[in-house]
Amino acid sequence: MDNSPQSISFTPGDVGVDPISQGDVDIETYSVVDPDGSFDSERVPDLSDDEFRDLYRWMLVQRVYDDRATKLQRRGQLGTIASGRGQEASIVGSGSALSLDDWIFPYGREAAALLMHGLPLRDLLMYWRGIEDASRMRNANIVPMSISVGAHVPFATGKAWGMQLGDEDTVTFTNLGDGATSTGAFHEGMNLAGVLGVPAVFFCLNNQYAISLSFDEQTNAETVAQKALAYGIDSIRVDGNDVLAVYNAVSTARERALEGNPVLVEAVTYRRGAHTTSDDPTRYRSDEEVEKWKDRDPLERYRSFLEETGRWDAVDEAAIREEFGTEFEEAVEAADEFEERDVEEIFEYLYKEMPPELERQLAGLEDFLEERPDVYDHIERRPKG
Amino acid sequence: MNATIIEAVNDALHKEMENDDKTVVFGQDVAESGGVFRATEGLLAEFGSDRVLDAPLSEIAIAGAAVGLATHGYRPVAEIQFSGFLPPAFDQLVTNASRIRWRTRGELTAPMVVRTPYGAGVRALEHHSESLEGAYGHIPGLKLAIPSTPHDAKGMLISAIRDPDPVLFMEPKHVYRSLREDVPEETYTEPLGKAAVRREGTDVTVVSWGSMMHNTIEAVDNLENVDAEIIDLRTISPFDRETVLESVRKTGRCVVVHEAAKTGGFGGEVIAAINDDALMYLEAPINRVTGFDIPVPLLSMEDFYIPHPPRIEEAIEETMSH
Repeated sequence: MDNSPQSISFTPGDVGVDPISQGDVDIETYSVVDPDGSFDSERVPDLSDDEFRDLYRWMLVQRVYDDRATKLQRRGQLGTIASGRGQEASIVGSGSALSLDDWIFPYGREAAALLMHGLPLRDLLMYWRGIEDASRMRNANIVPMSISVGAHVPFATGKAWGMQLGDEDTVTFTNLGDGATSTGAFHEGMNLAGVLGVPAVFFCLNNQYAISLSFDEQTNAETVAQKALAYGIDSIRVDGNDVLAVYNAVSTARERALEGNPVLVEAVTYRRGAHTTSDDPTRYRSDEEVEKWKDRDPLERYRSFLEETGRWDAVDEAAIREEFGTEFEEAVEAADEFEERDVEEIFEYLYKEMPPELERQLAGLEDFLEERPDVYDHIERRPKG
Repeated sequence: MNATIIEAVNDALHKEMENDDKTVVFGQDVAESGGVFRATEGLLAEFGSDRVLDAPLSEIAIAGAAVGLATHGYRPVAEIQFSGFLPPAFDQLVTNASRIRWRTRGELTAPMVVRTPYGAGVRALEHHSESLEGAYGHIPGLKLAIPSTPHDAKGMLISAIRDPDPVLFMEPKHVYRSLREDVPEETYTEPLGKAAVRREGTDVTVVSWGSMMHNTIEAVDNLENVDAEIIDLRTISPFDRETVLESVRKTGRCVVVHEAAKTGGFGGEVIAAINDDALMYLEAPINRVTGFDIPVPLLSMEDFYIPHPPRIEEAIEETMSH
């Protein structure tokens, strides 16, 4: 006979064990302007009229940028790109809340935030054209794009730790998608940030999709925001299509982070376009779903706020489009003019000093290119059209 | 001072923390307990909790945070308690540490060290004994150093901490305490990327590194009729092929000894270099003595795995027989 404890038929009954469930914690989604345009005037940030209008201008810049960059990609002038369509309020609301001394860890869709942080538009286009020189991130405190999802989170924690050790008045600001919240790097990076109390803000643009996987299937968690509690760090869940709400949320998060409380901000938004130009979203989601989110368009919602508060008349949408369109064309021309580089470039920056074997390989390649110029028939320096 | 490898490592850390206040040491159990092997003993008391820190059990975060600190002007020296627990951090080494300089064309750099004890022979638990230098040596942009003596452990660790690029520093834990030698009290450096000729000879070149150096020396000592030249590679990446080639051109014979599994091991790379640039000098096929293509067995069978001196002796004799 089996006398092991496992053989006992066990019904606990009511012995006072009451598991904690995710629904036990009430997580509010902070908002300022509702989808219908009504707003909570107590929550409207104290900005000047021009600053209010500037938020709209930047959102429009993001939208025009995405449209034009997608067209360039279709014409074979850019490689694969990831659009921020639908996420303009999250991108611009967060970017506007940062100081130029803060460091952004980008994830790829946040063009407007990078431009307002000082990155030249030419360089942004060059990056998507496959020119590494753009990842110098000239003129801006930005690390290169984290194409490897989630891998930048512990990196950002470490850089924030450096800011803390140096008593600096800055934060690291890490953009990531909902998919990244399932990676080990995300969890380890957040946990260490909490242990050290570093000035880091983690900004999850929960656009409901990681390529084809919907957020429901990504995790059983109802929110991303709740994940922060497991690490003892603060979190804010915010309507990511409400630019004023995102601005307030990130401004608050930044202040808390500077006081030694890292914060995870979940901006609930929607990826209106494809994952990238290589993706076909009709394979995994319905038109009705996309249509539903269109009603919550961040630009239209903010436009009703501007109208309601008498600030819209001074916005000249056509002029913004034209002005940015010109900037875009100039940036494309400047990118076209970027000088073709010698093969040495792909060898020389790996180490401070090139090791002998790498010198040999470079010399071998250079000699070969000279001896067999027909190899250039196989070398295309542009995206596959 | 007369020191073991572990004492030499500890001394190097003390010296560099004194030398540069941007040097920060962190890892699991490195502060209050002084490290499970005592490599970081005394650092917390001397340099304080801002610069010597116990990290959570979190290899991805340890390696990733090192990159962040390094790009922010610090000189992090992170410890991964056993190299068997380094694989989770592999992504941070590949994705961030090794290529941040290259990606940014030198705008951001990662002068950081990840120290980790590696290898079999100490009767440790499962997953504690592997030698994966072949995998880490395959990452462009990551330097990989493996000292075999107390003198080199101190000098090479100081070089690694001062190096402008990321260095993985694998320490042969089997010989952490089993050998002592005179080590200068003062600060000195041993270059990375430079092999050492441990013994000059004319008959055969035996190349090894890390704890296998000591089995190799013992094997050569046991072979009275063979005048072997022994090369300690010391750095896997960058690989000092010239020292190996020069020796093989002289001796015409070569045996490579490493503890790591055979297939895809770094020994293959050493042989390929000889094939490229010293083939015509060879008088015999090159021999390899390595671990087997299996995980390191648990302690009761562990010793079957390790290339002990008799296996090395056999290989050298076989090479000499041609």
